[in-house]
Amino acid sequence: MTDATDATGTTAGTRAGAAGLDARLVVRRAAFDLDLALAAAPGEVVALLGPNGAGKSTALRALAGLVPTAGGHVRVDGTDLRHLPPDRRGIGMVFQDYLLFPHLSALDNVAFGLRCQGLGRKAARARAAAWLDRVGLAEHAAARPRALSGGQAQRVALARALAVEPRLLLLDEPLSALDAHTRLEIRAALRRHLAGFAGAAVLVTHDPLDAMVLADRLVVVEDGRLVQRGSPAEIARRPRTDYVARLVGLNLYRGHARGTVVTVRDEQDGDMIDLNVVDYLEGDVFLSFAPASVALYRTRPDGSPRNLWQARVGGVERQGDRVRVQLEGPPLSAAADVTPAAVAELELIEGSTIWAAVKAAETHVYPA
Amino acid sequence: MTAAPPAAPSAERAARARRAPSGRVPLVLLLPALLGLAFLVLPLAGLLWRAPWSTLGTRLAQPHVLEALRLSLVTATLATALCLLLGVPLAWMLARVPFRGVRLVRALVTVPLVLPPVVGGVALLLVLGRRGVVGQWLDAWFGITLPFSTAGVVLAETFVAMPFLVISVEGAIRAADLRYEEAAATLGAGRWTVFRRVTLPLVAPGVAAGAVLCWARALGEFGATITFAGNFPGRTQTMPLAVYLALETDPQAAIVLSLVLLAVSVLVLAALRDRWTGAA
Repeated sequence: MTDATDATGTTAGTRAGAAGLDARLVVRRAAFDLDLALAAAPGEVVALLGPNGAGKSTALRALAGLVPTAGGHVRVDGTDLRHLPPDRRGIGMVFQDYLLFPHLSALDNVAFGLRCQGLGRKAARARAAAWLDRVGLAEHAAARPRALSGGQAQRVALARALAVEPRLLLLDEPLSALDAHTRLEIRAALRRHLAGFAGAAVLVTHDPLDAMVLADRLVVVEDGRLVQRGSPAEIARRPRTDYVARLVGLNLYRGHARGTVVTVRDEQDGDMIDLNVVDYLEGDVFLSFAPASVALYRTRPDGSPRNLWQARVGGVERQGDRVRVQLEGPPLSAAADVTPAAVAELELIEGSTIWAAVKAAETHVYPA
Repeated sequence: MTAAPPAAPSAERAARARRAPSGRVPLVLLLPALLGLAFLVLPLAGLLWRAPWSTLGTRLAQPHVLEALRLSLVTATLATALCLLLGVPLAWMLARVPFRGVRLVRALVTVPLVLPPVVGGVALLLVLGRRGVVGQWLDAWFGITLPFSTAGVVLAETFVAMPFLVISVEGAIRAADLRYEEAAATLGAGRWTVFRRVTLPLVAPGVAAGAVLCWARALGEFGATITFAGNFPGRTQTMPLAVYLALETDPQAAIVLSLVLLAVSVLVLAALRDRWTGAA
């Protein structure tokens, strides 16, 4: 991102190759401080991912002009919108619970923005009808929002935001109000519509699956700051914070590498353990492995695998067709996935002690 | 949408909480309660009891009764229109525009609610009277005299009734979800468009209730009207004034006029029943 060098946002106007979104958002609140650089090329979908209260929604609202920014810039196609009110930014926004105007029909909801652009009632309705048709809701044009299902309301909200042909599309938790079944279907539909959208799009979500499926790039935010960004595949493979590691379901440790040995310090009790890895690195590193690659033994296994340690069982929890076992250090806390049969065999009860092993080939090490 | 399932158990809990604990109602509470109810209902029953039902039709058709009724309806409606025109924007300002002294302004708006209407009439006379602060210029420049005219009646009623509208509409605007207005803004709507096409439709029930309340208050206005506009039949003599006057000369007529006002009150109550009795 280029904007780190240009934090003042005073150079409004066009810049070469500045199509799409290029923003630095600075929002100061009493108990909260957001400072986030964000870019999205035309046609690109960027997902803002983060825990609750991380500032994702605030960032989105700052882009829309709904919260005042204390600094930075919001450039869309080279024009700085930072000082413009929301109604003059030419952006489209899909809100978390859609906020369809309850007193207007689905058709008039979609036509609302077009009417604001100065289109006559008839022309606006004709264009709105075409948009409703595109999201597959032509027969619900006359329905009031109250009569629509969650999935239908979401599609009307999307049509309403897209109808004004925004240069930037913002989506705030667009799937969170839906039940699991509808969510699957609407996620696929949303992906299709986003693929057909020519402008830049920024999506806020706390669901990693939504982010992975819908976005071309992920930006992970914690406490108002960027902690990691990259393609979904990259983030899934190389998490850099505990939050991201939990999202993508990996065990993550910080350590110090000397060749193919990584010294990991357990965060809870500060105990150290040396783990053998295959990646050859020197210096501070992240080390990750999947819970499924942790093998558990009742007694110390023979012909011992090289990464072996004894841990206490902190919790056993069923997750789908697997069982997640929380291992507590010292020397190393980790999550391990085993089959239900293994739970019985291993007599896994909370508080019992067990041997855990990870093959060097199952670990993944990358620079910190 | 998502709030519906958790709302159901909480409503159930509230209903359970409202149910009285078992046991008899103590006499010390029951007696005053019944007495209070009787005190509120008996005078109205007496009015119905003593009404000259056989001659009701002819009495209602008397020109001065019809005139007072017509004048009351016209002035109350005009006053309500004036209240809407000025009061809705005022309510919007109070609810949506953060400015210094907003609490003071809100307090000032409610002053006519607690002020004796006669005092309001005197105050209007001092400002808008022929010698009044503003009135003398109105008289000198435009030849407009407000006191003791039908327009004066409308102004007196507006003064007394407007707080009802402002409070009702401000409450409705405050309760309306601000995020709808934000959604409208992201769609390119300026503040006026947002107000006209989103805020106002969302608070329409509140505005309607406020207007009905305001109209009822204007219709019953007595003190400010008689002080500021006087008591001229056909010009400023509204129903309440006619009732008061008739009581001295023709009590039967006073009862008939009172019945008409009672009927209107009942109608207003019926119009607002969903907001008051239903919601409680």
